[in-house]
Amino acid sequence: MALGSLIGDRLIRMGRDADPSAPEDFRLRFAILVLALVLGVIYAAPNLFTPDYALQLRSVVSDGRLSPQLEGRVTEALTSRGIAIKSSEYVPDRLLVRFASGDEQLRAKSILEAWLNRDETRYVVALNLASTTPAWLERLGGKPMSLGLDLSGGIHFLLEVDLDSAVRDRLEADAENFRRVLRDNRLRYQAAEEWLVEDSLQVAFMDAATRDAAEDALADTAAEYEVQAATVRGLAGLELRLRTEELDEIRDYAMSQNLASLRNRVNELGVSEPLVQAAGRSRIIVDLPGVQDSADAKRILNKFANLEFRLVAGPDVSAARTERYEYEGREVVLERSNIVTGDRVTNAVQNFDPETSAPQVSIDLDGVGGELMNQATRSNVGNQMGIIFIEREPKATRRMVDGEEEVSFETVEKRRVINVATIQSALGYRFRITGLGLGEARDLALLLRAGALAVPMYIVEERTVGASLGQENIERGALSMMIGMALVVVFMLAFYKVFGVAAVIALALNLTLLTAIMSVLGATLTLPGIAGVVLTVGMAVDANVLIFSRIKEELARSPPQLAIRAGFERALLTILDANVTTFFVAIILLTIGSGPVKGFAVTLSIGILTSVFTAVVGTRSLIHLVYGRRTVRRLAI
Amino acid sequence: MRIPEIDFMAHRRLAMGISIALVLLSLVALAVRGISFGLDFTGGVLVEIGFDQDMEPEGVRVLLEQSGYEDSVVQNFGDASTLLVRMPTQEGRDQASLGNELLALVKAEHGSADLRRIDFIGPVVGEELREQGGLAVLVALAVVMLYIMFRFTGKFSVGAVIALVHDIAIAVGAFAIFGWSFDLSVLAAMLAVIGYSLNDTIVVSDRIRENFRLLRRSSPIEVINTSLNQTLGRTLVTSLTTLLVLVSLLLVGGEQLRGFAAALTIGVVVGSYSSIYVAATTLLLLKVNRSSLVVAEQKAE
Repeated sequence: MALGSLIGDRLIRMGRDADPSAPEDFRLRFAILVLALVLGVIYAAPNLFTPDYALQLRSVVSDGRLSPQLEGRVTEALTSRGIAIKSSEYVPDRLLVRFASGDEQLRAKSILEAWLNRDETRYVVALNLASTTPAWLERLGGKPMSLGLDLSGGIHFLLEVDLDSAVRDRLEADAENFRRVLRDNRLRYQAAEEWLVEDSLQVAFMDAATRDAAEDALADTAAEYEVQAATVRGLAGLELRLRTEELDEIRDYAMSQNLASLRNRVNELGVSEPLVQAAGRSRIIVDLPGVQDSADAKRILNKFANLEFRLVAGPDVSAARTERYEYEGREVVLERSNIVTGDRVTNAVQNFDPETSAPQVSIDLDGVGGELMNQATRSNVGNQMGIIFIEREPKATRRMVDGEEEVSFETVEKRRVINVATIQSALGYRFRITGLGLGEARDLALLLRAGALAVPMYIVEERTVGASLGQENIERGALSMMIGMALVVVFMLAFYKVFGVAAVIALALNLTLLTAIMSVLGATLTLPGIAGVVLTVGMAVDANVLIFSRIKEELARSPPQLAIRAGFERALLTILDANVTTFFVAIILLTIGSGPVKGFAVTLSIGILTSVFTAVVGTRSLIHLVYGRRTVRRLAI
Repeated sequence: MRIPEIDFMAHRRLAMGISIALVLLSLVALAVRGISFGLDFTGGVLVEIGFDQDMEPEGVRVLLEQSGYEDSVVQNFGDASTLLVRMPTQEGRDQASLGNELLALVKAEHGSADLRRIDFIGPVVGEELREQGGLAVLVALAVVMLYIMFRFTGKFSVGAVIALVHDIAIAVGAFAIFGWSFDLSVLAAMLAVIGYSLNDTIVVSDRIRENFRLLRRSSPIEVINTSLNQTLGRTLVTSLTTLLVLVSLLLVGGEQLRGFAAALTIGVVVGSYSSIYVAATTLLLLKVNRSSLVVAEQKAE
């Protein structure tokens, strides 16, 4: 027996128990209906409150506390420029300022950004739609449906994290250690060749005896590796592979580090309700509602910027340990090793040099970093120090290789010396860096604060929807919904009269429940989702039609009351049957589908459930209310 | 309202001819023209740009070509002041910033250009979406077939499967014939058509089976005709209300939902027709009668 039929049998039994001659059970059904109606109205209600246009102010300083005077200062700054504030309030870590119109919101944003950050970047101002749901509704867990990016406007990115490069970095770093161990033990290996072969390290030795000695020597250092004797380039050699647990750990670390850094960066972008979440083993989804400039977002999300502090090499430093750079048209020779890098930065703020008004970045180092800097500068007072600014931009390019399309990922790295200065005295934990343009200084401060990405990421999917298209989609969705609904209502009333009224009320209940469930589940409404709701309106009527046509048929052989009862009971099985196939398909779409498909599947599947419920419980109770307690001669059907 | 008495089965040969012709036409179109897959499945970049005046696609296409972008397709989208630019990923350029470069280029030439949408699907993601889509169709078909096996017996399941294949073939065929873009939302619509088509067939087939038991004196043709007439009201009303909302989606739902609404509209029309003619005609072709029902039911026990 089919699933639908099995459930159908049980419901029919329930249906029989609840026939009109047994008023107790009718009351139960009616109670369920009223309960569903009340819950539906309560949880659908938050969608009726149009949100306010608002701005969120947040401090970029890491402790994130806002001064209590901020609210007053902001109010003053805006009112003096002719912008009326609807209300303002402190929410955790943030100041929320509401406005009456979107136009005021946008003007206030640019005013506040310039005014608050006139000396240095201290605040992030984010556009926001603030909920106006009454507090008591919120306490009951009521919240409005969230709008998908195709309705609210915004950017969706899918980023591929280059986990292989995390493994490669680790292999290369370890290979350096292994070489040192071999040198220390005076074991000669084939030095000219690259060790890294795909995802393993391979090293060749002069003979098998050296190889065996090397294997013993490496036993401790290479504990995280599986070391195997192998023939490498025709010689006795070793093959080292990272253990599976170790590989997993490297990948997990790279993912979580990139996620953390991305979250910080997104916060700095001034997005009020961003979504940053891992998708699968190596991908990250970033949704930025309200953001319009995807070029700007890409620049911040995907970029790597760092600093390296090095001493300018003295005459006695060997050439192998130095690197040559160009700085202001002359050549500087820096030592190869860093005193400290930007990874040791705990806080960075862009501001302006009080004397020259040139943009600068004020930096705080952590304990270790401060100590290293202090040691290095103390013994080098009078010497020079250089600062290298490093930018990396990941690029994915398409190439044709032997007629096959191939995507290659590469990272373009740019390094340049931005400052060379004489060390006047020992430096400590805090100092300033000059020599950058305003944009560069701002980005550097932001990226140092947010923390570096562990490995490069590449954008593999982008969907950007402009604000105008989003608004248009909402309007079009709402309009097709209303027209579709109106057509169906008119048709049902004309065709089924009193029963049509019941079906229309059931349809209204259906939509209320659908909205309520979507809201409570926190589901996101998208354009295809609206299409799913519109489709539900058209198909939901089907259950009522099935019931009504059965009742009509039964009327030919039974008196009205009996016909109603028999009609409902006989239609029930068919209703379940008819919906079960579409429901299956909706569930499949929900599990396999992505993007637009998912939004459609969500509303379609919830819509089917509410349709069946309203037809079986709702329509029946309504018909019972109309015809249940009196003797009926004719049914207006 | 009374139950009509239409002799559906008298026209079954004509209907069968039409069905076969339509399915063949669809298959030929699929073989010759193929489906024009949307960006979701091919990968590449799509930029939708709004202007404050009517725009000629050709001008922008030439502009892009002169700037070294190859194989771009530019067309009006929805109205004359909106352009849609589609482009495969370009050799030797950073794929992810293609959309921004395009927009900047057009903006430099036409100041009023306003970004409506950028979609970028990398080749790897496009391939995954293709695989996922194919998988969804296969799983949906498998689940539906399993359900048919449980739900129907013997000749009824053959009828249901043929009706299903008929509906999908014609709906997909229409996209090949008219060259409409087949994207993710159309795929979702096609899967909904699978569900919808079957639910119509179930209602009709159930009634036929029920009537074989009730109307013991009637011939198979009479039984089927009676059943079709009994369910006609429901089939028509349900299809009609569904079509009403779909028409409203088609007319005001906007360009992005057009393919979705078109696929469902075709699916609903063909699905209603096939539940009347295809499933029932198949039953007659298979020489269904009361005894085949009894045997089938015994098997099912």
